[in-house]
Amino acid sequence: MYDAGVKNIDRDVLRSEEFRALVWRRWRVSLVLTLLLFVLYYGYILLIAANRQLVSRSVVGSTTIGILLAAGVIVGAWALTAAYVVWANRHYDPAVSHLRRRAAAE
Amino acid sequence: MQTALGTPTLSAVLSFLLIVVLTLAVTYWAARRTRSTREFYAAGRSVSPLQNGLALAGDYMSAASFLGITGLVALRGYDGMIYATGWLVGWPALMFLIAEPLRNLGKFTFADVVAFRLRQVPVRIAAAFGAILTLLFYVLAQMVGAGNLIALMFGLRYEWAVIGVGAVMLAYVLFGGMIATTWVQIIKAILLLFGVTLLTILVLARFGFSPDSLYAAVAGGYGHAALEPGGLVSDPIDAVSLGLALMFGLLGLPHILMRFYTVPDARAARTSVLYATGFIGYFYLIIPIVGFGASVLVGRDIIRKVDAGGNMAAPLVAELLGGTPFLGFIAAVAFATILAVVAGLTLAGASALSHDIFTHAIRKGAASEQDQIRVARVATLVFGIVAVILGILFKGQNVAFMVGLAFAIAASGNFPALLLSIVWPRFNTAGAVWSILTGALLSVILIVLSPTIWVDLLHHASAVFPLRNPAIVSMPAGFIAGALASLVTSEPGAEAKFHDEKLRTYLGIGAE
Repeated sequence: MYDAGVKNIDRDVLRSEEFRALVWRRWRVSLVLTLLLFVLYYGYILLIAANRQLVSRSVVGSTTIGILLAAGVIVGAWALTAAYVVWANRHYDPAVSHLRRRAAAE
Repeated sequence: MQTALGTPTLSAVLSFLLIVVLTLAVTYWAARRTRSTREFYAAGRSVSPLQNGLALAGDYMSAASFLGITGLVALRGYDGMIYATGWLVGWPALMFLIAEPLRNLGKFTFADVVAFRLRQVPVRIAAAFGAILTLLFYVLAQMVGAGNLIALMFGLRYEWAVIGVGAVMLAYVLFGGMIATTWVQIIKAILLLFGVTLLTILVLARFGFSPDSLYAAVAGGYGHAALEPGGLVSDPIDAVSLGLALMFGLLGLPHILMRFYTVPDARAARTSVLYATGFIGYFYLIIPIVGFGASVLVGRDIIRKVDAGGNMAAPLVAELLGGTPFLGFIAAVAFATILAVVAGLTLAGASALSHDIFTHAIRKGAASEQDQIRVARVATLVFGIVAVILGILFKGQNVAFMVGLAFAIAASGNFPALLLSIVWPRFNTAGAVWSILTGALLSVILIVLSPTIWVDLLHHASAVFPLRNPAIVSMPAGFIAGALASLVTSEPGAEAKFHDEKLRTYLGIGAE
């Protein structure tokens, strides 16, 4: 499996500034989004543990802050996923196709 | 309230037969397209992002989520909602950390990625061990649940229900491989989303389409406490530990990871996660409404009388609002859900046995295509029969904790090795083996020593390990064991190959 790929390895592309910057940017975006996900979800759990009264308070009618927060976590998690897709489609994919063309040309 | 639950009504039998006939027809169609391993394990890599999004959702939304979370919300109110959120938050993490490198590096199983630049035999065996352990606990919980639910809904004997599920899902996987399994998941996901949407609309119609009126009625009947956090987050460390297992367990579930090989490339993998997260998020967003509706309209006492765990809350409220025909439809959807999930688990189990153990550990990657397909089918049969036998052996046992255990093993045994192999150049064979064994075995040991088994099942006075969910300890242990074992051993080839494989990881050059 490995040997088949190794012949075509393009070390120029591999060592290029453009490729290294792309990998670095990809992980920076991923880790920032993962961090936001942690704040969103574990923040929610720890808020429930820390301040039960606040979460139990009603905002409109009988709807509590907790119910809105639970819905917010679900919508927020989806929004973070969508944010990654938007970033990857706009910035990652064009850079990938550029580097792939470069690797094929050399 | 009078219920037709437990008697095989005409509508239930018809819906049930319709689903079985439809899925078997799809299997017949798929069987003619399943000739190579690429088709058997990965549906020829021709599944579209939308199809894969639905199939991922189908694989993930089990009967335990549908019936279990509805019941939890119906009986315990807001706690059920907290639990529901935990089931979604793994999906963004899967996207950010694993999805695209997994698609670019692997072929059929997640072990392909872990073993990519390491010594095949030890890593394949360890990864297959982690995968099969995860899948066995998962499938056991599904099988026992299936037997109980079908007995409750159709009045069928437990043993016959388990054997029936085993036989039908084996037909899908044996003959139709991943193509049939994918389409069964898609059909099931559409039916489930449709059924739950209809239930939600019927519930809300009773409250003037105002969720707030529904909550007011819940508070009126069961006090404001039903809308407040109860016992689920009484211990924040345990709650975070459960959250870690649910979030990162997804990133180590073999049957979910395997789906990424059915799409053509990394971009399609990415889009399919977005679809899946949308469908699953929508499902967990509306399922509490059905649960609250059941507690107001049916009543907690009746729900508890039919099934103490609350699993029949959704079918009962369906019968109340849509009569016997709708009950029959919802019961059949729950059945289709179980069938599809068990089929997905079996295909993943077969791939670990045949692709990882047979092809790569025993034959060193040199098995002919025909041999591989034959062994894959034998492995399917073995895994399916073991699942049925375990299901029958564990009749009447409390197996609810086993899904939690499966997630803990996946988060602690499979996920750390997978992530480290993608991101850490220094990670090597010893690291992978130690990481998987430490994480997986520690999860099992800690669960046995936890209140869940040590106190609740074995009736000791107090637990040796205080937390019900071990992931907060076992997952870091998996990472640390992998790091330490890599650092004290040396495998220069593995590090050199890491840098060479980067073009494949990030650009998809040379990807399968």
